[in-house]
Amino acid sequence: MEAFFWVVAIPATVSAVGVVMMRDTVYSALLLVVHLLAVAVLFVLLNAQLIAAVQVVVYAGAIMVLFLFVIMMLGLGRGEGVKEKLPLQRPVALLFGGAMAILLGVVMSQTTIQPVAGALTPGDVLAMGGNTQVVGRLLFSDYLLAFEVTSILLLVAIIGAVVLAKRRL
Amino acid sequence: MELLSPLVPILIIVIKSGVAIFALVTAFAYAVWIERRVMARMQSRIGPNRAGPFGLLQPLADAVKVLLKEEIIPQDAKVPIYLLAPAVSLVPALLSFAVVPIGPEIEILGQKITLYLADLNVGVLYVFALASVGVYGIVLAGWSSGSKYSFLGALRSSAQMLSYELPLGLSVVGALMLAGTLSLVQLVEAQKNAWFILLQPLGFLIFIVSAVAEVNRAPFDLPEAETELVAGYHTEYTSIKWAFFYMAEYINMIVVSSIAVTLFFGGWQGPFFPPAVWYFLKVAAFIFLFIWLRATLPRLRYDRLMQFGWKILLPLSLVNIIATAAIMVWQG
Repeated sequence: MEAFFWVVAIPATVSAVGVVMMRDTVYSALLLVVHLLAVAVLFVLLNAQLIAAVQVVVYAGAIMVLFLFVIMMLGLGRGEGVKEKLPLQRPVALLFGGAMAILLGVVMSQTTIQPVAGALTPGDVLAMGGNTQVVGRLLFSDYLLAFEVTSILLLVAIIGAVVLAKRRL
Repeated sequence: MELLSPLVPILIIVIKSGVAIFALVTAFAYAVWIERRVMARMQSRIGPNRAGPFGLLQPLADAVKVLLKEEIIPQDAKVPIYLLAPAVSLVPALLSFAVVPIGPEIEILGQKITLYLADLNVGVLYVFALASVGVYGIVLAGWSSGSKYSFLGALRSSAQMLSYELPLGLSVVGALMLAGTLSLVQLVEAQKNAWFILLQPLGFLIFIVSAVAEVNRAPFDLPEAETELVAGYHTEYTSIKWAFFYMAEYINMIVVSSIAVTLFFGGWQGPFFPPAVWYFLKVAAFIFLFIWLRATLPRLRYDRLMQFGWKILLPLSLVNIIATAAIMVWQG
C-alpha cells in the first residue's frame, strides 16, 4: 500500500504544480482534473471508497466539465495577452512562498503531535455494512444538523444563481 | 507450486480482465453487425450479407478496413489532446464493466471464481463516476480538432450528458433504497423474489430514457447530428482513432444495458438456463431495444431535449424517490 501511495502522490503533486504553471487555461483545467482523479485514488487507498466516488462524480465529472465548457466557450485558451498588474509580484511571491515552505518544513520536522485515529478501524466499518452505510448513518444521526444546514446553504446558492442569471423571469 | 500460490489470485484477476476486454470488443463488433442487419430489415433493406454466412464476417472486414485507412491529423489540431481524446472516451467505458456481475460464483480447477472483476461497496456510483469521466473524451475531441462542427458537437454533448446524468443517477435511487446497497452483486441478490421493474416502473422508465441520452443514441444523438454537424465531435477523426469513439459508444451501450438488467431485471437470475445465459439474453434484449428506437424515432430538437431533461425527467425522478420513501416508511 505504501508503494501505491507514491505512485499516486507524485502525479498528484506534479499535476497540481502544472495547474498553476501552464500558459494555456485549457491545459490548466485538464491538469486539475488529473489532480482530482489522483486525490480520488488516495481516498481509495485510505479505504474511503464513497468519498473517492463522490470526488470523481462531483468534482472531476461535473464541476470541471462546466469549467472546461466555460473556458472553451469564451475562447480563453491562451493567456499570453495578460499583463501583470503588480510589477513586484514575482519576487515578493517567491520570498513569501519560500519563507512559508521553510516554516512548514521546520514545523513538520519538529512536531511532537501524533495523528489521532478515528473511532472506527477499517475492520469495524466492514462489520457495520461498509463505507457507504456507515457514512450515511453518521450523516443522518450525529451530523444531522450540519447536514441540513449545508443543504439549505446549497439551496440558497441555487436560487441565487437562478435569480442572477434570469433577471426577468 | 507452493511458492506460486500467492500469485494465483492476481493471475485470476489478470485472466478475467483479459477475457472481459476481449468479450466486450467482440460484443461491440457483433452489436454493430446486429444493428446493421436489424435496421436493414426494419427499413426493408437487406443489410451486409456478403462476407461469410449472413454477413457474419463483416465485422472482421470492417476492422481491417478501418485499420488500413490513412491517418489524418488536421492542421489546426492541438496534437497531444487530439491523440489522447479517443483513449479518454474508450478506457472509462471498458473500466465500468468491471463491477457488472454476470453470474454467481463458479468453481474451476478447485479455485472459486467470481463472475465479476470487483464487488465494490460503491458499485453503482463507480459506474456513474466513470460515465462522467467519459464525457471528457468527447469534449476534448471536439475542442482539439480545430473545427467548428466538432466543437459544436462537443459543446452539445457535454451539455446533454451533464443534464441527463442527473435524472439517470436519481432514477436508480428508488431501487437502491429497496435493496439497501450500492453493490451490484448484492443488488442482484436483493431481487431474488421480485424484479425491481415491478416495484419501480417509473424509475425504470426514467432510467432507460436518460440512458439513451447518456450514450448519445438516437433519438438523442444530437452530438453527432449528421444533418447539421457533419459527424459532430468525431468529424476530424480517421482510421483507428475514429473506431475508438465508435467502440466507446457501443461498449457504453452494453454497460448501460447491463446496469439496467442488474438494477431492474434481476441480473443473472432466471429459471432453466445457466445464469450467464440469462444475463446475455437480457442484455441482448436491451441492445435490440436501442436499435429498434434508432430505426423508429426521429431526432429531437436540441432545446426540446434540454427542456425534457430538466423540466420533466428530473422532477419525475425526485417524485419517484419521495414516493418510494413514503411507501417504505408506511409499510415499515
